[in-house]
Amino acid sequence: MSTATDKHHPQLAADFNRDEPRVNWHDETLWWVRAKRDMAAHKLPEWELLRETASQIKLNVLSNLSSYLEQFEANANKNGIIVHWAQDAAEHNQIVYNLLEQRGIRKMVKSKSMLTEECHLNEYLKEQGIDVIDSDLGERIVQLANEPPSHIVLPCIHKKKEEIGDIFHEHLGSAKGESDPKILTETARQHLREVFLTRRAALTGVNFAVAETGEFVICTNEGNADMGAHLAEIHIASMGIEKIIPERKHLGVFLRLLTRSATGQPITTYSSHFSKPQDGSEIHLIIVDNGRSVQLGREDFRNSLKCIRCGACMNTCPVYRKSGGHSYHTAIAGPIGSILAPNLDMKKYADLPFASTLCGSCSNVCPVKIDIHDQLYKWRQVIVKEGYSPKAKTMAMKAMALTLSSPALYRMGGKTGRFVFKYAPFAVNNKFNPWYNQREMPKAPDQSFGEWYAKRKGAKN
Amino acid sequence: MSRDKILAAVKLNQPAALPLPDMDVLNNLTNVRTDLVTKYKTVATAGGTFVHEVNGFDKIKAILKQNFRPEVKIISALNEPSDYIYTDTVKFEDRHNFADVELTILRSNLGVAENGALWLTDKQIGSRVLPFIAQHLAVVIGKDDFVPTMAQAYQVIGDADYGYGSFISGPSKTADIEQSLVIGAHGPRSLSVFILS
Repeated sequence: MSTATDKHHPQLAADFNRDEPRVNWHDETLWWVRAKRDMAAHKLPEWELLRETASQIKLNVLSNLSSYLEQFEANANKNGIIVHWAQDAAEHNQIVYNLLEQRGIRKMVKSKSMLTEECHLNEYLKEQGIDVIDSDLGERIVQLANEPPSHIVLPCIHKKKEEIGDIFHEHLGSAKGESDPKILTETARQHLREVFLTRRAALTGVNFAVAETGEFVICTNEGNADMGAHLAEIHIASMGIEKIIPERKHLGVFLRLLTRSATGQPITTYSSHFSKPQDGSEIHLIIVDNGRSVQLGREDFRNSLKCIRCGACMNTCPVYRKSGGHSYHTAIAGPIGSILAPNLDMKKYADLPFASTLCGSCSNVCPVKIDIHDQLYKWRQVIVKEGYSPKAKTMAMKAMALTLSSPALYRMGGKTGRFVFKYAPFAVNNKFNPWYNQREMPKAPDQSFGEWYAKRKGAKN
Repeated sequence: MSRDKILAAVKLNQPAALPLPDMDVLNNLTNVRTDLVTKYKTVATAGGTFVHEVNGFDKIKAILKQNFRPEVKIISALNEPSDYIYTDTVKFEDRHNFADVELTILRSNLGVAENGALWLTDKQIGSRVLPFIAQHLAVVIGKDDFVPTMAQAYQVIGDADYGYGSFISGPSKTADIEQSLVIGAHGPRSLSVFILS
């Protein structure tokens, strides 16, 4: 789905905030998921050691990534998996298309893959006349609604069940006004069974790829990745270069962290390990760079590649919860998305590192200990230095720097401010002042601290 | 070639080598082997699994007879009860004809107490789609086949050679609509586990 928009985070968040009850509901729902994560984490006394271990494994991976990738490729080849490499989104999409074209396949079923969202695979294949159906329930819903997912784990968390009922009534023939999640899920089950049984090709994402064994692991609760992959004659799996882990035993660390961090479940319903193709079928694996090797070279930001896509940073983020995933106008929303996106296009995503209060909650819940809020802060500095920060903000900051560096200007500014607040509040309490949009302006004191101190000193003498 | 370009860029940009962490502390810390069946039952039941402790195959057969009419299609990996279609006779080419399978019965030799997951490989599954396409899934496991956590599970799996393997921890489910849990997404609508003593 396209995420193309000219609007930046503040405007998109303002759009989302027009419907206050919905914002409150969105906020509370995600906070509830965050609370479930806490309960799951607190049940394990070894939780912090688990996080530290996962973090160290990922740091080791990033520091040896080229040799792990080669080792993984060699072992996967030995297992009969055909490995492809793609430098960017276009090459990835071309590889998928060629695999389908060579076999005369015009219809494909797909399970969740944020990488293919990043690559805009669906739109590309549609242009080539290939029909793609997303099989994860949440992804199918947003696909039918012609929207991108708003959350990496909960793709349609922004939608109410009544809206989903309307979408299913229009596209899948459910009864008008039906909004019971059970009945809607059953409708999707019947519709997608037919799809699984008739597709010759299935595309999936990858959660972990093991260098030592050449196998890869896919985690779902619905079983849609397995249904698609096992029924098709060709299984295409797409993964970013950072999905590598060194050894099979390390899965025992990451599978313990992933869903506890994501939804508070102890593990997904299915954690499927694909090592060799089933007799009579093929597995093709596409390893994608698309800017990741560049991010690896950015010392301050390379740790973002440790991410295992659990979504905990989104669920906990006060800005994400109140602005919605679509306000980030990129495939991966929230705090982690805001440190990944500027690497791909600094100008287009210059707004995202500012969509944060820097409260640090994201870093505290991250299962692989990414210093997310520090990186957001560092991106702001890079973006301003490179000249990509919003014009108004840059001017305001320059004016402030000038004022703070000159005592005379500072005193005059303060006086003027107090005068305006007192005698002409309409000059600041209006829609041209973005600070006033969601806030009451403060009452101005009669005198500054400097004036008060000088007077007090004079009285004493 | 993209492969070489990617590998060269990664090699150029990756930081200086950092060591892998020691896993022993974590593995030993979590290796608490008391009441594993009780722990498993609590977690699995909370995840929507029906758990039965049984003393033999006759008991399993009796429970299944209560729940499934004799005329439905059942595919089983067990030699007994013997009145079902045997998984070994089921071929990959037949996979599209499994849509009407009511129940698949499989055997697992490894269960995880902390999360209710049961390990199955293609040796036990036969055609890979069987545990997913069936309307219901039953798994038989021995009472001594449980380990405390995933750390010990991967110690048991070790360097085993399999084409496919999956940890299955419950019935297929989704909460994508307003976070309401619905059992029976694309895979089985129920998971029954028989713990053999």
